[in-house]
Amino acid sequence: MVNKFGIKPHELFLGLTILVIGGYLSFASPDFMTFGNIYDLVNNYAMLTILACGLFIVLISGGIDISFPAMTIISQYVMVTLIQGTTGNFAIAFALSGGIGLLLGMVNAVLVNRLKVPSIIITISTLNIFYGLLLYLTKGVWLYSYPEWFEQGVMLFKFTATDGYDYGLSLQIITLIVVIALTGIIMNKTSIGRMIYAMGGNKEAASRMGFGIFKLQLFVYGYMGLMSGVAGVVQSATVLTVAPDSLLGYELTVLAAVVLGGTSIVGGRGTLLGTLLGVILLAVLQNGLNLLGISSYWHTVVTGLVIVISVSMTAWSQRKGQGV
Amino acid sequence: MSARKVKDNVEIYLSLLIGLVVMTFSFLIPDVFWSSANFQSIASQMPVLGVLALAMAITMLTGGINLSIIATMNACGLVMAWVATHYPPSVGSMALVLLAGLTMAIVIGSVNGFLIAVVRVSPILATLGIMTLLNGINILISRGSAISNFPDYILTINSTNLLGIPVPLLVFLAVVAVIWVILEKSAFGRTIYLIGSNEQATHYSGINTRKTIVWVYILSSMLCVVAALLMMSKLNSAKASYGESYLLVSILAAVLGGINPDGGFGKVFGMVMALILLQMLESGLNILGVSSYITMALWGGLLLAFIFLKGINLSRLFGR
Repeated sequence: MVNKFGIKPHELFLGLTILVIGGYLSFASPDFMTFGNIYDLVNNYAMLTILACGLFIVLISGGIDISFPAMTIISQYVMVTLIQGTTGNFAIAFALSGGIGLLLGMVNAVLVNRLKVPSIIITISTLNIFYGLLLYLTKGVWLYSYPEWFEQGVMLFKFTATDGYDYGLSLQIITLIVVIALTGIIMNKTSIGRMIYAMGGNKEAASRMGFGIFKLQLFVYGYMGLMSGVAGVVQSATVLTVAPDSLLGYELTVLAAVVLGGTSIVGGRGTLLGTLLGVILLAVLQNGLNLLGISSYWHTVVTGLVIVISVSMTAWSQRKGQGV
Repeated sequence: MSARKVKDNVEIYLSLLIGLVVMTFSFLIPDVFWSSANFQSIASQMPVLGVLALAMAITMLTGGINLSIIATMNACGLVMAWVATHYPPSVGSMALVLLAGLTMAIVIGSVNGFLIAVVRVSPILATLGIMTLLNGINILISRGSAISNFPDYILTINSTNLLGIPVPLLVFLAVVAVIWVILEKSAFGRTIYLIGSNEQATHYSGINTRKTIVWVYILSSMLCVVAALLMMSKLNSAKASYGESYLLVSILAAVLGGINPDGGFGKVFGMVMALILLQMLESGLNILGVSSYITMALWGGLLLAFIFLKGINLSRLFGR
């Protein structure tokens, strides 16, 4: 481990890449470096970032969870159904959605702990079960009707900028800041974070040192579930519809963002800063391609290339010191 | 681990589950379940998923995974579709179609294998990246639209019966036979199992593990060509977005068939049983009018139940 405040080479490299791309974009497109564009970017990528924070912790623990898009939609669907026609506030929305997500995450934790097969297999099963039941019960019907307080959203420190639009701390941005701070504190400042790193580094050793592996797994998968629920509220506040099948396949996008940030898929290695940089790189790339007017057909190609190059460079630099 | 120790009764449990499914459906819908229409429906569904599941399984035997199988299938399908629709039907153009598909598969497999064996990217990440890249290239070159109206020599694969058996099923059985011979009877197959059990030990015993891994991913991609041909013949078109739902289902089928995702263990026979089980269940539930979403949930539940059963030590249970 590099010291707590030090920047790792991989993060430095990511940061420089983002600076180079950002620098080029602000030169090539007059719209990129505007306050409005950056603001929209942060709002639009809030859900991805929140889910990435959850997945980051799961990966550090040596596990993986790909059932979270289903958890997000289920929490969101139930929450929106329950709050229809109520005079509530966002605390209720978060409690409902986060609670359901937490519960589903705990189901994953129990299965991963008891069945003792790789968590990717468990979460593929639960993804099928969660999605199957959701689509069956909802018959794929979209939800549009929201109570008024939900549609109004939240906006602190509102001001109108010279371009005529309103800016301020939106619900998405406030949630994003809270989630990042919470994840950072858990992983860097608490003993539970240390234990999660230790478990991901060597589960057997962590277990012999007396760490409760099951408790840690409950925490890790529960946190992923909670983040799914929270992301559900944020997504709902952004698009004001719930489409039961809208996030199919999204698990791989989030996974790509997290591993782009240098988090090891076998556990124990990775930083929150790296994860955030990974998300920013993906966001800036996609936004840039849009602004440059490059056909959307190219977006996936560029994203794929960036992932392949980045994971190759990480693997190549870590290759030394391995046996084979 | 000795062979006795790792015997996990996969075949016994799968036979029990198949027996249970057959009995349930025979009781509920005897006339329809035992009809030839039902068997034809199973026979037409199974080959594509079966070949893809095998493409997934052989990489899982080495302890890897291939998330790019669907993207590979579509890439090969698009290339073959382009050739097939641009040259008039002849023996030469048939050969050219196959050659184009196989070349594409070998290139993709080599890149995957190179990233995993030489650069040492973890298989999930390497194939995830290649999957994204291929999806992008597929959409880019096809502009997102389908290539359709294939010549007869492609369409007859799906529409012909040989000795009363649909050709796609025969193709699947042929693939099963080839993979069985490779895994059970060849030195290459032995090496695959050895790498899955302990890659370092295999490497130190003087086996070229890198070369084997590259070939495993090439073989996996070549199976995707077969899946692409079956798909093209069935749908009379090729598109960048076909079969995306098969990705996770093929992992599910492989694990249900007894392939250990950590590598080293699993047999082709178990996989065929798992595929029969899954397709029987799907077809039977479909006849009963049960929603396909319930089937999706049931497949997931089945896998969990199966993993749970596998964890139970049978011999201890019966006091032996």
